[in-house]
Amino acid sequence: MSELTTMTAADLSAALRSKDVSATEVTQAHLDRIAEVDGRVHAFLHVAAEEALAAAEQVDSRRAAGAELGPLAGVPVALKDVFTTIDMPTTAGSRILNQWRPPYDATITTRLRRAGAIILGKTNMDEFAMGSSTENSAFGPTRNPWDLSRVPGGSSGGSAASVAAYEAPLAIGTDTGGSIRQPAAVCGITGMKPTYGGNSRYGLIAFASSLDTPGPLARTVLDAALLQEAISGHDPMDATSIDEAAPPVVAAARQADVAGLRIGVVTELSGEGYQPGVLSRFSQAVELLESLGAKVTEVSCPHFRYALPAYYLIAPSECSSNLARFDAMRYGLRVGDDGTRSAEEVMSLTREAGFGAEVKRRIMLGTYALSSGYYEAYYGKAQQVRTLIARDFEAAFGQVDVLVSPTTPTTAFPLGERTDDPMAMYLADLCTIPSNLAGNAAISVPCGLAPEDGLPVGLQVMTPVLADDRAYRVAAAAEAAFTERWGHPLLASAKGLDGASGLDADDTKGAGR
Amino acid sequence: MTTAPPLVPYAEALERYEPAIGLETHVELGTVTKLFCGCPAQFGGEPNTHVCPVCLGLPGSLPVPSRAAIEFTIRIGLALNCSIAEWCRFARKNYFYPDMPKDFQISQYDEPLCTDGWLDVMVDEGDAEPQHVRVGIERVHLEEDTGKSMHVGGATGRIHGADYSLVDYNRAGIPLVEIVTKPITTAGAFAPAVARTYVAELREVVRSLGVSDVRMEEGSLRCDVNTSLAPRGSGVLGTRTETKNVNSLRSVERAVRSEIERQAAVLDAGGTVALETRHFHEDTGITTSGRSKEEAEDYRYFPEPDLVPLAPPREWVEQIRRSLPELPSVRRERLQAEWQLSDADMAALRNADAFDLVAGTVAAGASPAGARKWWLGELSRRANETGAELAGLAITPDQVARVAELVSSGALNDQLARQVIDGVLAGEGTPDEVVAARGLAVVSDDSALTAAVDEAITANPDVADKIRSGKVAAAGVLVGAVMKATRGQADAGKVRQLILEKLT
Ligand SMILES: [Zn+2]
Repeated sequence: MSELTTMTAADLSAALRSKDVSATEVTQAHLDRIAEVDGRVHAFLHVAAEEALAAAEQVDSRRAAGAELGPLAGVPVALKDVFTTIDMPTTAGSRILNQWRPPYDATITTRLRRAGAIILGKTNMDEFAMGSSTENSAFGPTRNPWDLSRVPGGSSGGSAASVAAYEAPLAIGTDTGGSIRQPAAVCGITGMKPTYGGNSRYGLIAFASSLDTPGPLARTVLDAALLQEAISGHDPMDATSIDEAAPPVVAAARQADVAGLRIGVVTELSGEGYQPGVLSRFSQAVELLESLGAKVTEVSCPHFRYALPAYYLIAPSECSSNLARFDAMRYGLRVGDDGTRSAEEVMSLTREAGFGAEVKRRIMLGTYALSSGYYEAYYGKAQQVRTLIARDFEAAFGQVDVLVSPTTPTTAFPLGERTDDPMAMYLADLCTIPSNLAGNAAISVPCGLAPEDGLPVGLQVMTPVLADDRAYRVAAAAEAAFTERWGHPLLASAKGLDGASGLDADDTKGAGR
Repeated sequence: MTTAPPLVPYAEALERYEPAIGLETHVELGTVTKLFCGCPAQFGGEPNTHVCPVCLGLPGSLPVPSRAAIEFTIRIGLALNCSIAEWCRFARKNYFYPDMPKDFQISQYDEPLCTDGWLDVMVDEGDAEPQHVRVGIERVHLEEDTGKSMHVGGATGRIHGADYSLVDYNRAGIPLVEIVTKPITTAGAFAPAVARTYVAELREVVRSLGVSDVRMEEGSLRCDVNTSLAPRGSGVLGTRTETKNVNSLRSVERAVRSEIERQAAVLDAGGTVALETRHFHEDTGITTSGRSKEEAEDYRYFPEPDLVPLAPPREWVEQIRRSLPELPSVRRERLQAEWQLSDADMAALRNADAFDLVAGTVAAGASPAGARKWWLGELSRRANETGAELAGLAITPDQVARVAELVSSGALNDQLARQVIDGVLAGEGTPDEVVAARGLAVVSDDSALTAAVDEAITANPDVADKIRSGKVAAAGVLVGAVMKATRGQADAGKVRQLILEKLT
């Protein structure tokens, strides 16, 4: 594996700026790495080698001509296949889009291109971002680079795995109920769900409009901040985009300090149902933050226990409407159009053939929840719960500056373990969903390996709306302290892909200690 | 299939039943862009050329509301005396149809932008005293229009039985305002006239606001009419039907009338009126059953999550209120007073669709009497002859004002003025251009006239003798001869005066 693929985005950026390496070299190294490992990981649905090299060449020639380029110019990035790209197919992990070629770029895509970031390709995901394991992809699952028999989380599992497998230093994901933070946690990397409205959704194929949030995944907190800063900010094409200056997240990641900060441990996000190793690593993380000068208290958010059921009414309701447009009339798959069938029959046959089981389940749930006579009891009630959860956050942030919890109740689970048990699958997002419902920012940063399985555990840091910088500040402080304690980044312990000889990993004890 | 009972004659139906009506009117706004994207909102165009990812509902696209469309809706709401919501939301109306790009329509449901207003109308049926009716406005809301389907093949032009269908999305996303009245229960026999007058008045109001061209024939104003009957004195509302496809003012009136006659027959026969959608047929003047409301879809309305709530600031609403033009009813009252017209004169003007034309002519400098004389007289006659609408004649109020001015200054007499109008209508140019080109002018040169008069006297010695002997009335013959000789350009009064001077 080339050294260029193990470097952080920040280091690559510096090396590119000083012309120690070219964007073409960096891009080629990552394409080589993808060629080497993606047959086993399956993080990518589409690798855009030619386009990536062309973009890299352009960055190199602009830099050679003396152009002043941004920090991500020449740095590769993997893009979740839920964002439209004019030069690559966009599938949202579904057969129904039938390798659709969008006629327009998503705002996030445009901003990446403008920043000079090199889009390596499109990453695998649960179909329409519905799932927590990437097993709901119509194109086969992605595997966890720590242990190829386990899931990488989801729905941004391809993005998380690509970063953890050193196929890309950076990746873009989307987080509707935890779809960035949960895969980041179980893949041992950093993932951030920014404040809702902080990043544009224009060109993001909608799952649940009021929850979907694009965000960065990276191997370090600073890298995640660099990526977020490149893509965030107001977008006039998205009516829900916040028309305010984006929080200064890169500066916050560099500040990396928690002295005097009030940290609240959420009572409701631990206990029964949580893997012991997850809880023990989480407790150690809290102790570490305390040792760095933070003031830790316990905070109760009583309505969080209704978050999961509320989420599973609101998200399916919105998706039942958002996914109606896949009707075979204008683009995508068309089944049964043999000249004898009505438009309605073709719609029905196409949707039957084109959607996977989980998508159908959620469309039916949502259709039911919005039906006349049930609306108040289901959708209406869920919206009330949502308000109560936002109030819980407000009250909590009246007492503390940030809230913390484990990111996920368990470490990465084996492929196939939960595919027949939707409820067990849904529980993977137990800790992450409240921030989607309230729209506030939350980050997941590695906090060690669970002793019982040697798999990564994530620490979740939640902050008020638009206080994204605070999340980066705390996560960066924890990351620095942990790295110092372990003697290396957590990911250096991963052996699933390269084995003991791959990286200069010593053991899992360092991080497990 | 059961045969429908025959219709009950209108007057008879009214003896037993009280009608209630309600109107839902859709107005396509004349904004530059569509409601949620930057595509042009203009009518027509090559199919599927005014489209983009947003109005095609492509995956990933998002709506961003047009400020102009919201402002136009508020203008309509204020003109209809509505309250403007301080906070409201768009909602999704979910149903599958090929001409709906997203398979849901962004509309408003339980939180409309404007509520609870009214529109006053004056119903004038000619044989009765004009009646003042206040029509309550339930709501005014904003939504996006759908695309347009064209069903090819098959007999009906409907989707069922068609060989294939084509969809044009140019119309998809054009802002549409829906104006819903409260039930009108007190109109009695006037119900059809109230419906027509309401739509006519609404059209004038919307036009005066400059927010739509409100052309029923192009579909920029579309009307659905609800009708129900209840036994006289029962004080309840009967089951209503909703009649679609009512595309002219006359059809609005006929549709209500026909529904009253049909429903009376159903009720007389001991049946119940079905809650259903009906289609109006222009050719036969009757309605036929469409979709039954029992099979109606559940639209699963919910607040549109891609949009933030709409909260028009009060200062903005007040600013819009201050910028409203004088409303048609107020303007009519003011001008009626200024022109000193009786109610009957006023009714005649409006029935001839001449009010705005006369107002325009007066505004261009003509006297009210002069303007009325030309529009109600000569020009109405021309319109009748050619079957054109008065406003459709190829002459503008400015031009009519100029003709009137030329007459009042003595440069033209009425007969010459009619020739000028001929020329303008024939496309020969402005009144002044026609006068110049045709060489039309009243001959006031005394020597030329005197010569013509002498000639006429010489040519008609018998008549001249009669006048000399005191039969002054015979002068008309000589006047006619002089007018003929001067091709109408002489002032007839002047000619008569000269003849009498010479012979008496
Ligand atoms: Zn458009």
